Amino acid sequence: MSFIIRRLAFYLVAAWVAITLNFFIPRAMPGNPVESVIAKYPNLTPSAEKSLALMLGGLLAKGSLWSQYVTYLGHVFTFNFGPDIAQFPTPVTTMIGQALPWTLVLVGVATIISFFVGTTLGILAGWRHGGWLDRSLPALMFLQAVPYFFLALVLVEVLGIELHWLPVGQGYNGATTSPGWHWAFIGSAVQHAILPALTIVLTSIAGWMLQMRNVMITTIGEDYVVAAQAKGLSSRRVIYTYAARNALLPQLQAFGLALGFVVSGALVMEIVFAYPGIGLLLLNAVSSDDFPLMQAIFLVITFAILIANLIIDFVIVFFDPRVRAREVAR
Amino acid sequence: MTAVAGVWRNLPLKAKVGAVLFGVFVLAAIIGPQVAPYDPSYANPDPSLLMAHPSAQHLLGTTQTGQDVLSQLLVGIRLTIELALLVGVIAGILSVAVGVTSAFLGGVWDEFLSLVSNVFLVIPALPLLILLLGYLSGKGQLPTIIVLSVLGWPWGARVIRAQTLTIRNRDFVAAARESGEKSWRIITLDIIPNEISLIAANFVNTVLYAIGASVALAFVGLTDLNSWSLGTILYWAESQQALSLGAWWWFVPPGLAVALIGTSLVLLNTGIDELGSPRLRASRGAAKIAGHRIWATDPTPVLAQLTAGRNRVGAFVHSFSRESLLDETPAGGELR
Amino acid sequence: MSPILDISDLSVVYRTTGGDVRAVEKVNLTLSPGEVVGLCGESGSGKSTLAYGATRLLRPPALVTSGNVRYSGRRLTHGGHPVDLLAMSHRELHEMRWREVAIVFQSAMNALNPVLRVQDQLLDAVTAHLRLPRHEAREKAASLLDLVGISRNRLRSYPHELSGGMRQRVMIAMALAADPEVVIMDEPTTALDVVVQRDILAQIVELKERLDFAILFITHDLSLLLELADRIAVMYAGRLLETGTAHDIMREPAHPYTRGLLNSFPSLRGARRELAGIPGSPPDLRDPGPGCPFIPRCKHAIDACSDVDMSLAPWGAPVIGDPASVTHLTACPIVTPQVSQEGVLS
Repeated sequence: MSFIIRRLAFYLVAAWVAITLNFFIPRAMPGNPVESVIAKYPNLTPSAEKSLALMLGGLLAKGSLWSQYVTYLGHVFTFNFGPDIAQFPTPVTTMIGQALPWTLVLVGVATIISFFVGTTLGILAGWRHGGWLDRSLPALMFLQAVPYFFLALVLVEVLGIELHWLPVGQGYNGATTSPGWHWAFIGSAVQHAILPALTIVLTSIAGWMLQMRNVMITTIGEDYVVAAQAKGLSSRRVIYTYAARNALLPQLQAFGLALGFVVSGALVMEIVFAYPGIGLLLLNAVSSDDFPLMQAIFLVITFAILIANLIIDFVIVFFDPRVRAREVAR
Repeated sequence: MTAVAGVWRNLPLKAKVGAVLFGVFVLAAIIGPQVAPYDPSYANPDPSLLMAHPSAQHLLGTTQTGQDVLSQLLVGIRLTIELALLVGVIAGILSVAVGVTSAFLGGVWDEFLSLVSNVFLVIPALPLLILLLGYLSGKGQLPTIIVLSVLGWPWGARVIRAQTLTIRNRDFVAAARESGEKSWRIITLDIIPNEISLIAANFVNTVLYAIGASVALAFVGLTDLNSWSLGTILYWAESQQALSLGAWWWFVPPGLAVALIGTSLVLLNTGIDELGSPRLRASRGAAKIAGHRIWATDPTPVLAQLTAGRNRVGAFVHSFSRESLLDETPAGGELR
Repeated sequence: MSPILDISDLSVVYRTTGGDVRAVEKVNLTLSPGEVVGLCGESGSGKSTLAYGATRLLRPPALVTSGNVRYSGRRLTHGGHPVDLLAMSHRELHEMRWREVAIVFQSAMNALNPVLRVQDQLLDAVTAHLRLPRHEAREKAASLLDLVGISRNRLRSYPHELSGGMRQRVMIAMALAADPEVVIMDEPTTALDVVVQRDILAQIVELKERLDFAILFITHDLSLLLELADRIAVMYAGRLLETGTAHDIMREPAHPYTRGLLNSFPSLRGARRELAGIPGSPPDLRDPGPGCPFIPRCKHAIDACSDVDMSLAPWGAPVIGDPASVTHLTACPIVTPQVSQEGVLS
């Protein structure tokens, strides 16, 4: 249990760093972001200007740096990110709240599928090191080197436009249905999610496979696998319960670390598909100099990844008895 | 020189292919701009040459505004590779410095540096990059390089620190310390030479990451749009709807170039991995004995049986079956 | 009594890009039912390769290049003639493993699956070979722990929660799960401290008496074998140099290498003498050179040693009328009982 607590403490430190970065970056930038925003959007109310100043610093900010920081921290903890600039006066949190579920579901499901399939293939490839599955890796690695969005473009072109198999763009068919918990919407949403999900899976599967295969090869060389074979256990038992169970641990750790990359790629890909997720929101925010939104999204993404990492830590503790023991013994 | 030749011989085929492929792109980067037929920014006003298919004059066709795609590609390769290599070197030096120092010094310094590395590892890089560049837009390549380097070193630092810790505890280092060798001498003469393959693999990884990140950033329009990197070409292609207008020659070549550069680096890295990890290497060449493929988990082969021959076609076909993938039953019948 | 395990002319190589490493070269070794045979040699001598090669557990690039390993256990042969392990199919090997020949590995920490409980690992061994209903299988697994004197509430422990000695005993218990005829023990006590070693060895002896299995005991520690083994085989650079009863070896070691080994540890009784190691190191097994591999380190080597064919020949006088009764064999041609008695050899 204390393992989890230590990890939690670590994530809190990381979150604090992210928040602090968020606070200082606009203040460290050359030029005056606040002025440029005000110049671009003359219709802002004074309270909006105040919250903007709090977020970005600059000449309009009241109070010392420290007091601004403290107030800022308070705002973050209460999820008060202020009103949006480009779509004034919609609060930032509302906009994020609309976009986040799309990204979470798409990226979450696709990543998990990709991890499972890739890891399983990696187990088989490592077991039959040198076999046909193993030798198909370079081809898959090529797929992985292709930028997410490029593959997205190709898939859109081939499957969407040329073959008309799948819909292109948007999260659902706005003309025929509207959001809500009914089949027409869910069906449409799923249809629209297939291409983006396919992109994510295709580009990341090789990575998981290669990683697992390498760990499997090392694990198979361990004495306990030889011992398991000497015991005359079935191949299935040896591969899964003796080799793969142990190889899974470094794989899970790698998963935690790779989450950041996965999410990053998915964000960019959302533009190509005009998928109404948080990536599209972020990039629109950037092009319209919508700083409060940009900062809020960065924080939300970071927090989401930290939480996901914590969940993975739970899974690791579940699978590795040594971790549990190491901490108990302290 | 013989050391290099020795290394080359030991690389698996995959890695050699990767190295050669990457070499081709480096060559293109060096001579590309000289060889480019046109100025990539030159917009030919001739209406028949707008979004034109590849032709003798424009081997890769033209863009919406009449610019030559091939020239853009050649200049783009140089810019992208330059940037990636630069980031690789800077981040590489940083990660080696931090990794080795924190492992060597230990104690509070180690804890602190490790904490910093881990924090930057877990904070997602691309959103942070987007945030930073969002404020800095239009300020040239330098911010991109700096930002990528600053975010790129933690990964390598972690790996190198782990390896340095292992080496540091080995006897020959302890002996050197006992005999009073200066720390920096120990580091440069004992520790670093033992980590060369790790440092090389780390460098390749960083370059890979830099390419991916810079292309992605350029694609969303966050880097300097006045300079022609591969990502910028893609940006313009996307914003001008090259895809739906059918102008495949505009966006396929740069995308393909990125993919090929990336693949070559990944292949190269597999080779370096195998060089550095004896187990991977040992099991690589070991799979074929007396002309038969032997899996690592098969019973020890007996020469008399192998030379008795097996039905080759049967074995090949059988290797696709689920049994063969999971079980030990050999193809073509019993090993009698 | 006919041997239960008859290894004849076994050669194992490791096929590397730099050539074949001759890890085991034409070794003959027999194991009779209920007998303890000690296999002694320094690291790299090929003793483990011999054992794992014979049971076909070596990984690529290992290759068995010659020989037979004939096993005569009743369950497999049903009273018929012995089966050759080297000629078995995968399926047949599967049946043989653990039920006929079980192995106790060197380092129990490495040989036990770190993420499985002791109970599950024991159950694996039990259910793989015995058709028992679930609760009987569990009872059998628990009774295995009783065999080695470990409390049953250790069943739910993980390997890292046990002490070194306990882990080794779990390994031994596991090896006995399917009631094997032969147990190969690969340096089972090397990683343990002396006191625990004693306990484990006593345990092994007791179990052997009770359950009647043969043991092939591999170690570098000759002193251990002198007490434990019925017969001892000395290996060096992939070849057998000498075999004989423990008594023979201890009283009149024939081969200079064996003498060197005996001289390298002190004995409790007898005069104090200077301990001597054996200077030098084993040869490169890719090309060990002609004749006896011990030549570079042997004080008594003569030119004729390079022509020796390394087959084991009897040493000492046979019982009159029964030439086959000499059990003490050696590959060294220049050593004769007379030479030894004259004290020429130190």
